Amino acid sequence: MENKPILEIKNLVVEYRTDDGIVQALNGLDLSIQPGETHGLVGETGAGKTTAGLGILKLIPDPPGVVVDGEIYLDGKNVMVASDKEMESMRGYDVSMIFQDPMTSLNPVMTVEDQIAEVYELHEDISQADSLKKTHEILELVGIPAERGNEYPHQFSGGMKQRVVIAMALAGNPKLLIADEPTTALDVTIQAQVLGMMKDLKDKYNTAMLMITHDLGIVAEVCDKVSVIYAGRIVEQGNLVDIFDNTRHPYTEGLFNSLPNLADRTQKLKPIKGLMPDPSNLPTGCPFHPRCDYVMEICSKVKPPRVYRDGAHYVECHLYNEENIKKGGVIERD
Amino acid sequence: MWKYILKRLLYLIPVLFGVTLLVFLIMSVAPGDPAKVILGEQATPEAIEQLRVELGLDDPVLVQYMRYATGLLKGDMGMSYKSKDPVAVEIVARIPTTLKLTLSATLIAVLVAIPLGIFAAVKQNTLFDGLSMFIALLGISIPIFWLGLMLLVLFSQRLGWFPSSGAASWKSFILPGVALGFHSMASIARITRSSMLEVIRQDYIRTARSKGMPYRDVITKHALPNALIPTITVTGLQIGALMAGSVLTETVFSLPGIGRLIINSIQGRDIPVVLGCILVFTIGFSVVNLLVDLLYAYVDPRIKAQYT
Repeated sequence: MENKPILEIKNLVVEYRTDDGIVQALNGLDLSIQPGETHGLVGETGAGKTTAGLGILKLIPDPPGVVVDGEIYLDGKNVMVASDKEMESMRGYDVSMIFQDPMTSLNPVMTVEDQIAEVYELHEDISQADSLKKTHEILELVGIPAERGNEYPHQFSGGMKQRVVIAMALAGNPKLLIADEPTTALDVTIQAQVLGMMKDLKDKYNTAMLMITHDLGIVAEVCDKVSVIYAGRIVEQGNLVDIFDNTRHPYTEGLFNSLPNLADRTQKLKPIKGLMPDPSNLPTGCPFHPRCDYVMEICSKVKPPRVYRDGAHYVECHLYNEENIKKGGVIERD
Repeated sequence: MWKYILKRLLYLIPVLFGVTLLVFLIMSVAPGDPAKVILGEQATPEAIEQLRVELGLDDPVLVQYMRYATGLLKGDMGMSYKSKDPVAVEIVARIPTTLKLTLSATLIAVLVAIPLGIFAAVKQNTLFDGLSMFIALLGISIPIFWLGLMLLVLFSQRLGWFPSSGAASWKSFILPGVALGFHSMASIARITRSSMLEVIRQDYIRTARSKGMPYRDVITKHALPNALIPTITVTGLQIGALMAGSVLTETVFSLPGIGRLIINSIQGRDIPVVLGCILVFTIGFSVVNLLVDLLYAYVDPRIKAQYT
């Protein structure tokens, strides 16, 4: 059953025009999220994940960022043509974002509760006392004692700051939550806590979520659907089972291979060779071809077309055609 | 907090003795014998010698300083060589004028500079930005006395809007305030702009925008309080510069303030009065700096935490 998607991104192209050249951050990103669904956006640093998140909020820093092409529909509303005022009423209310670095994402000279209460005051017709009361409720919800609300961010630990950022993002009860590597800056022990909490809250409010991460473990834990992004373009997209058990794209395969093997801890890691390409000077054809173990002659010349395995699962890779993608077996996993 | 303030005020005591000692030494090596200057060219050597003994100028410099310092400890700033009045009386009579001048200059500087700096930063690389930074450059480059004279010519002589001298009403302080404040305004505007530019690139500004807050509110509620710290620092330092500038401004506009008193006293080798004026400036500067540090704590809770 297909509902109206809460988020639909079509062919989003974003460039950062700097003095040193044009950085092609996103090169035709397509993404769609249903209400209540959690979609993982996986890729290496610099693949354009955060740009995608900011694009949805229309907060790509301009200059130098320029949206060259594409459409973004947020709950049916066209973000590209929305006025500042319309965007302001959507931000924090229809869609909110949990930022990557909790250390720098909070205003250092403002109490934590004031920063959260702003969300209520901006989007609801509410008295100051009531907004403070709601703030205290949501602080308790994310596991922070309400009486600590009048403290400043520097009095909080990293994990607690991230909880504050999450509380702030959830305060408007958004239909879509963009979580940009919400646990990257945290200790591993805290990561699990925060992740568990986000999952609970998401289930409670039936919020759709775009989980931006480079951590496949997080994807396995919370996501329904997965998009693998490479050099600003989605190279493989499918539901969790498609991606994890019927991996097709060599890059996705490489991501899995570079995970440590917990069963055999002496085994060496198998990282993907080479580095992420320079986004101001992308390789021709398939941008992954210089690093690909299965590279063919065509790969450096022609951009690979999108090949579907079924309605939900597709890859962009020359290894596949309509027939062999169904069978699999091109890629052997160790 | 009170302990901190008390500590800072106690620090002021050694500073005051250091400053007076330094000025004492400078005045004693500077050419020109006070007795000769006071009595004039025609005075006989005997008369000069007698006055030197009377004023205690025949003692070694350090003995003279010790005498001055012990007097100071008792609250006695000495007598003016020239008028024979107590130095304290002479200075107290002139403090209000200098205070009014410095205050009007500070107000003019801050009230113009901060909005200018904010707008220049928000509208970075626009015509407005370029224009305001050009004005700021002018402010830093134009000498106070020249600007003062030009203002006098235009607004006082030609247009007759403001009096050209005296300290009779608030109107008398407008032109001197502008002349004196322009330079500080330029410095404060520049620092406000650059710290604002730094702050609006911070992550928490993005966070504030992601809440759906209108940009104007993001600037005033989130960016400005964070950008104010460097602005406050520079403003505090500028008030020191304003005191120095009051010497020039009071001369140009014939204001009977401490700046003019110090100039006249230096020329007349009236050492106790010079020292008294320096003391007042030192105390003023130190108190302003203390206020600046307290203001930091008010603006930034992280600094407040260090004061306990």
